[in-house]
Amino acid sequence: MVPTSYYILLSAALFMIGVLGVLVRRNALVVFMSVELMLNAANLALVAFARQRLSVDGQVIVFFVITVAAAEVAVGLALLVSIFKSKQTADIDEVSSLKG
Amino acid sequence: MEPIQIPPVDLKLLAPLLIVVGWATALLLIDTFLIPAGQKKITGYLALAGMLVAALAGIPLWNVGGSTFSGMIVLDPFSLTMTWIFLLTGALSVAMALDYLPRHGIEQGEFYPLMMFAVAGMIVMAQGTDMIVLFLGVEALSITLYILTGFAYPRQASEEAAMKYLVLGAFAAGFFVYGIALIYGATGTTSLAGIAAAMSQPAFLAEGRTLMLAGSGMVLIAFSFKAALAPFHMWTPDVYEGSPTPVAAFMSVGTKGAALAALLRILTLALAPMHAFWLPVLVALAAVTMVVGNLGAFAQTNVKRMLAYSSVGHAGYILMGIMVASERGTQAFLFYMVSYALTNLGAFAVLIALEQRGEAAWSLDDFSGLYQRRPWLAIAMTVFMFSLAGVPPTAGFIAKFYVFTAAYEGGLGGLALVGVITSAIAAFFYLRVVLRMFMQEPVRDLRPELGDGLTVDIIVAGVLTLLIGLLPTPVVVLVERSLVVLGG
Repeated sequence: MVPTSYYILLSAALFMIGVLGVLVRRNALVVFMSVELMLNAANLALVAFARQRLSVDGQVIVFFVITVAAAEVAVGLALLVSIFKSKQTADIDEVSSLKG
Repeated sequence: MEPIQIPPVDLKLLAPLLIVVGWATALLLIDTFLIPAGQKKITGYLALAGMLVAALAGIPLWNVGGSTFSGMIVLDPFSLTMTWIFLLTGALSVAMALDYLPRHGIEQGEFYPLMMFAVAGMIVMAQGTDMIVLFLGVEALSITLYILTGFAYPRQASEEAAMKYLVLGAFAAGFFVYGIALIYGATGTTSLAGIAAAMSQPAFLAEGRTLMLAGSGMVLIAFSFKAALAPFHMWTPDVYEGSPTPVAAFMSVGTKGAALAALLRILTLALAPMHAFWLPVLVALAAVTMVVGNLGAFAQTNVKRMLAYSSVGHAGYILMGIMVASERGTQAFLFYMVSYALTNLGAFAVLIALEQRGEAAWSLDDFSGLYQRRPWLAIAMTVFMFSLAGVPPTAGFIAKFYVFTAAYEGGLGGLALVGVITSAIAAFFYLRVVLRMFMQEPVRDLRPELGDGLTVDIIVAGVLTLLIGLLPTPVVVLVERSLVVLGG
């Protein structure tokens, strides 16, 4: 049986890739994918811990996370379509009329 | 196979939440099928009625209390008071939108049910005593807010603000979920009380502690994003500027309040055994937030952005009440939320009155000479600015005093000092607006428009801001009884 720590290391690596993707990549679609990677890294950790502890709680949480992620991406893609219609780009650096 | 046991569910404890959600769902259908285009104000009035009913439904629950859904949802005086604050915020924002949306040509009926769904998300955050419930509350609130932020499409600023908010919000959600996963790994539970119980057991190992530290740190980051604490506040000015003004007003009070209320519960329930570890971090976070928010506001000539930065600064003051994790701190938090909600919503309402279609009339110049054109509007804005600055006799003064005393009594005298100094800086840019209104001639011809919704908003917010400043006792009594029920 694979030790739990391996799963956690893998999920931590996936999470970091996701974080870097959000911070570095400029295409909004890739950014959404990176966010999904972050959430799924968390899902992997939850399932691994649930198996280690022999409790289903962690697995149930995963369903909630998947549902929420789907809702989030639905809104995100709708927004992206609307931005693409008006600006013809999916590059988030080009969408910057507001200056923080 | 043994049958699945369904835990007892006491829906009575969820009455305000269920009314808001049920009404919003029904309203979506009513709006689509029964209310003709051009008459969408009716939807807004129905939404207001729904929130009023929900607030009234809370009154008989004051002495009830208890937890349900296997201890995942709790009803205590604290959550009930927060629920009322959220309903007030929602109602005042909807009233603003009644005037704002038609004037900007973006009147669509879905706006009002969406506001109600956002309020429902905030109520869930105030009532949740389980990480998963808090997560669902955060997301219910955030996802509706992404839509509301982009509601003024195809206006580019609005789309852009929504995109920024969504990317950063989803990023924060990732941290939140991963934090929950690590905490679950460390303690085997997601219930706030269960987490604290697991940590205080002797079998809780060093390995668990490491996971717990990483997990709670990530949860803290996620909430810092949501409540716009520096250095996680970068999105705030852009998102507030780009979103429709009633939504910005709603976010500046509601999201912050909900995120901080949930954080308060997490800190007092789940992380109580780690309080000594997290306290210095929170102190630093609050100090940085106050300094960055107020200095940022100092540099703005755009009043909407100024209010955005000022809301960052206020989050720092509110955080001060939370971190002492005492009864006094909780009271100070609630009192601050009440006065901040009224004041900030009032200030945004004045901003909307000055805002005209097709242009962003938020420059300081637009306030010049307002007293000559609209004396009462200028006086109302003065009350709000004084209250935000913490000048007596307004609610803001008492609120700041309350928070600083709580911090001082909690042994955070240094932080209270930072608070006082930053308030002094803040007074400068709030009073600058007041000076412009009274001392200068109008720079350009601008006709403030006040519909019914805005008028009611400004009167309610202004009168209550003054009244609470002069007679704080009823609110003090309310917040003194609104304690967080431990356990559950």
